[in-house]
Amino acid sequence: MASRVQQGGRPGGARFAQFKLVLLGESAVGKSSLVLRFVKDQFDDYRESTIGAAFLTQTIALDEQTTVKFEIWDTAGQERYKSLAPMYYRNANCAVVVYDITQASSLDKAKAWVKELQRQANENIIIALAGNKADLVAEQPDKRAVPTADAEAYAKEANLLFFETSAKTAENVKELFTAIAKKLPIEQASQRGMRGAAGRTAGVDLGSRAEPGSGAGGPGGCNC
Amino acid sequence: MEEIAPEYDLVVLGTGLTECILSGVESVKGKKVLHLDRNDHYGAEAASVNLETMFKKYGNYQSGSEPWKKYGRANDWNIDLVPKLLMSNGELTNILVSTDVTRYVEFKQIAGSYVQQGNGAKATVAKVPSDAGEALKSPLMGIFEKRRARNFLQWVGNFDEANPSTHNGMNLAQTTMRQVYDKFGLEPGTRDFIGHSMALYTTDDYIDSKGAAKDCVERIRLYVNSMARYGKSPYIYPLYGLGELPQGFARLSAIYGGTYMLNANVDEIKYDGGKVSGIKATMKERGEEGEGMKFETKCKKIIGDPSYFPDKVRVVGHYLKAICILNHPIDKTDNADSLQLIIPQSQVGRKHDIYIAMVSSAHNVCPKGYYIAIVSTIAETTANHHLELQPGLERLGKIEEQFMGPPIPIYESVEDGTKDNIFISKSYDASSHFETMTDDVRDLYRRAEGEELKVEGLKEGQNLVADE
Repeated sequence: MASRVQQGGRPGGARFAQFKLVLLGESAVGKSSLVLRFVKDQFDDYRESTIGAAFLTQTIALDEQTTVKFEIWDTAGQERYKSLAPMYYRNANCAVVVYDITQASSLDKAKAWVKELQRQANENIIIALAGNKADLVAEQPDKRAVPTADAEAYAKEANLLFFETSAKTAENVKELFTAIAKKLPIEQASQRGMRGAAGRTAGVDLGSRAEPGSGAGGPGGCNC
Repeated sequence: MEEIAPEYDLVVLGTGLTECILSGVESVKGKKVLHLDRNDHYGAEAASVNLETMFKKYGNYQSGSEPWKKYGRANDWNIDLVPKLLMSNGELTNILVSTDVTRYVEFKQIAGSYVQQGNGAKATVAKVPSDAGEALKSPLMGIFEKRRARNFLQWVGNFDEANPSTHNGMNLAQTTMRQVYDKFGLEPGTRDFIGHSMALYTTDDYIDSKGAAKDCVERIRLYVNSMARYGKSPYIYPLYGLGELPQGFARLSAIYGGTYMLNANVDEIKYDGGKVSGIKATMKERGEEGEGMKFETKCKKIIGDPSYFPDKVRVVGHYLKAICILNHPIDKTDNADSLQLIIPQSQVGRKHDIYIAMVSSAHNVCPKGYYIAIVSTIAETTANHHLELQPGLERLGKIEEQFMGPPIPIYESVEDGTKDNIFISKSYDASSHFETMTDDVRDLYRRAEGEELKVEGLKEGQNLVADE
């Protein structure tokens, strides 16, 4: 159950797969803002720390036949004192590790998170490195603390996707998530999903008696 | 590193399940919560740990050797420290659904619920009959007894407190269970499996307790209704182990602004006029250089597990457990991939039942081909505790690895906490499910907040941004 896939309901070989994406990075680098831009196309300059969302979902159509749905988990602040639970990494298919291009130390933190992912998450997890707050540098170039080439070289060496993004201006946000979607094993996930669906007799849906459609993540989070 | 806030409504100590549920609901209700644990992982006594950690915790290997390596990747193991299952219609399920924590945790049925009759090699192990129809097929009873048991279970199924015509002429609030059993003419063996494997009493004390019949009937109904919900057994179990549950509630709390800190030691609890006023603590990772991060914050209340308050708790009993790794299912259980098997005390000459809870790779707690069985009971002697568990260990057949420590003390708070605003949870007891744990959650909430806990409607917000 590495990913949640629904096959069918779409004629003509259409593919649809759902993947868990986790966000990582130091506090205040803009993890939630990136997701808010991606999911709701919004930005708020004075946003408080993350509160109140289990996870958000957003769908990308890669082409007419292929749709990828992200189930995006936010750290909920548990990264602040290094207290993320193993549950957070469990079955994550992809991760966006965010740093702030105006804070050199945030790239070091990002590198540590990449190491943590390699230790805790699935072996074949797709990781993207996002250097956020590109808008600040566009306005004042001397604010840049991490040269693009440095981060890019690290990303290449560690086999990560790499983008400099701005949640504020939306620069490269959609591109970031699309690039991840393109690297995800959609075909495999579809096949796994079909087997999973056929063999899905033992899993139980505790929410079966709760009112349907209550919640951002869809029914019960158990529709694998 | 960010500063800790100068004041919290509530500090919670220990990330066991009881504490994490309370953190979660208090945070959803708008309380500012700081939650600390001295360990480097979530779960405290309710954690699930990997195989390497198990060997190191129990120390049953020669130094220099790495016996866990022959069992595949250590991280593929999630071994529970407490042997418990969820009643699928129980209160913990209700709390999980009400708070939407079901989004983070996936559940699977436990494949069977069994009871032993007799002892030694000749013992019968059979499915616990859960309704009138199953009673008629059960090998646990003779032909006439089957019908009497069917009548009893039909009566329990139809029992409605508000409708006297379903009471069969008895006032349960005044009646002992012995009188009820007598009325249906049930044999001792039948009483045994009803009381111990359906009502899940761990001793026979309930039989002659006046007015306990009502409680017993409610317990049987919980069993029967839980059974009816998914079909194979009344129990469900989280994929990746029970340790997922505290993590799920901790995430709920964090999403509502709860602050989490592992590797945090409480250095001092401060009081003002007899009431708790704050804490001093240090966060320091194992192996980290230097003093760590020292901080101090004010708080109005503390909720914590007994290990943080050794001078405010007393021992009320000891339980014994042996965690066993098998490479085969348990004999006479239809090759079930998971089960609960109860050996009622009278069958093996004890005062307390012996429980076996088994899960396997079907629940993502170990690699394929392995089974994790925990045998447990309440200690009745002061020495040779392994002999007390022997009837259960025998039932398992060949055991690959066995982890058994000294008797585990069960603690409870000496005072109710209203005097100093420190509210201490109970240790996990020897019962096979979480119903007494959720009673403790409700009791702690009532003591701490002066009102009943209502979990209905505590769903997470759907916005990434707080509505302020």
